Amino acid sequence: MKLELKLAFKNLLGARLRTFLNILVLSFSFVIIILLNSIMDGWDQQAQSDSVAWEFGEGHLINKKYDPLDPYTILEGHGPIPENKKGLIPILVHQASIYPQGRMMGIILKGIDSKQQILKLPISKVINSKEEFPVIIGKRLAESAKLNIGDKLQIRWRDKNGTYDANTISIIEIFDSNVPNIDTGQIWIDIEKLWAMTGLKKEASYFVLDTQYGSGDIPFWRFESQDQLLKIIKDLVAQKKAGQSIVYILLMAIALLAIFDTQILSIFRRQKEIGTYIALGMTRSRVVRLFTIEGSMYSILALMVGSIYGIPLFYYLAEVGFAVPPADQKMGLALAPVIFPIYGFKLVFGTILVVIISATIVSFIPSRKIAKLNPVLALKGKQQ
Amino acid sequence: MKEKKIISIEKVSKSYPIGGRYFMALKNISLSINKGEFAGIVGPSGSGKTTLLNIIGSLDSPSEGNAFVLNQNIAKLSHKDAAKLRNYNIGFIFQVFNLLPVYTVFENVEFALLLQKNTFNERKKAVFDALEWVGLADHANKRPDKLSGGESQRVAIARAMVKKPKILLADEPTANLDSENAHGILKTMKKLNDELETTFLFSTHDEKVMGYLERTIHLRDGELEKDTKQTKYRL
Repeated sequence: MKLELKLAFKNLLGARLRTFLNILVLSFSFVIIILLNSIMDGWDQQAQSDSVAWEFGEGHLINKKYDPLDPYTILEGHGPIPENKKGLIPILVHQASIYPQGRMMGIILKGIDSKQQILKLPISKVINSKEEFPVIIGKRLAESAKLNIGDKLQIRWRDKNGTYDANTISIIEIFDSNVPNIDTGQIWIDIEKLWAMTGLKKEASYFVLDTQYGSGDIPFWRFESQDQLLKIIKDLVAQKKAGQSIVYILLMAIALLAIFDTQILSIFRRQKEIGTYIALGMTRSRVVRLFTIEGSMYSILALMVGSIYGIPLFYYLAEVGFAVPPADQKMGLALAPVIFPIYGFKLVFGTILVVIISATIVSFIPSRKIAKLNPVLALKGKQQ
Repeated sequence: MKEKKIISIEKVSKSYPIGGRYFMALKNISLSINKGEFAGIVGPSGSGKTTLLNIIGSLDSPSEGNAFVLNQNIAKLSHKDAAKLRNYNIGFIFQVFNLLPVYTVFENVEFALLLQKNTFNERKKAVFDALEWVGLADHANKRPDKLSGGESQRVAIARAMVKKPKILLADEPTANLDSENAHGILKTMKKLNDELETTFLFSTHDEKVMGYLERTIHLRDGELEKDTKQTKYRL
């Protein structure tokens, strides 16, 4: 094997331009596959950590009548806060309408304990506010409703008996979160105020949990672990990755086709050389191995060449991040304006392994022909 | 010394399928070659010289009959055993040199030894010894494309001789060389034959080569026409 490696290396160096072009194409595949995957992994991790920090905590305990994806369940989907349970941050969800610039806009009013520290939501700012109904909103709602800090606007809601009531809320904070689920069309208020507004004293639609809660359902409440809540993001990223795999397949196909063609051409053009190897005492299987190693060595050399320009590029992107166009951030996904790629061991070595194995296979397939060559004809350079 | 039989061909025939019919390249050939002979298979093109040489070199096998080389039946050798026989005991010299183009002269000559797993120092000494024999020690780092035809063939001789094979098969070794180079090459080979007792077997129809041969095996249309020994050959 050592001899074949040495000979293969010499043969590749001897082929010069052909080798260089193959290596360059394959190195692009290496770098782009790792880069795109690292961006997806970076997004995945960013989306997960942001969602945990801003929305999920250690999990949710949801009223069995409340379905976060079905607004028709908001009215009935709440219940009294269970007693003697630790680690629960109650959130009461209520429908309301606001009237920014005289337009009516349906929103979700969410009451949360202003002293909570599990979520990054800056609801504590309402504690020291002198306003009667201080609220905080996210930048997405602020942009869509053209609202600013200090704005006051009318809000109308129905209490637990269905009676309409109205008042004036004051925007005291506009938070910037990458998680649209806690922002778009939502207004956050101290839960004590919301209980007072709706008459739903000590009731909640769901709870954000901290580590003290543990796990498991309790009567009338359904437990959803952090992993279950994150599954949507993981599935989405996995789906995006699967979609991107077509790009990887195309890139790999181009690079591997180049190697395959080179191998075919090599065996076609180097028959005399193959015959000479056999005449000098090399077994056919060793010649097959030599040509296979030559092909797979493209991937090793591509890895080296790719490292020369890929590592600085990866390092640079890890430092400055990959800017996401503003339009993409409005798609409702937990997407930061800048994603920092993550180059995991699994990703890097997985990609290297896949490329090397693929290159070896496409090199071996045409090389098998050598085993059937007639050495006498090969020595004369006659095509077989 | 020269009475020890090293190659024995017994009623060997070889046929090839061509255009749906079989072409008989060799017809019932029997002969033997002793150790240290400087012999040649001569005859016109298509007489079967190269076919016989290829069978002796274990690159091909007979359709009928037996060919024994160093007591090994060529027809019954596996690919692996045939490769081993060539690697350790048979050297080849080709008409068009067949040097490996991306290797230097040193590496071309070294190649056969690499297959024998010798150490680098052993290989280096053997390669430079071989290059000294052919007068090309100062060309060790050149690539084949920088060599003349005569130099290339001398590298091919060094490559064939470096492993000190028992048999050296040369297929039209002077066909691509001018007269001066051809004589130079032949003198080198005769010298090696005398010094190392390597058995040389040529395939040729070159008069220059025939002048050096101790024994001439004439083939015509695949048949053994005559087998003559000459005592007066050129040195």
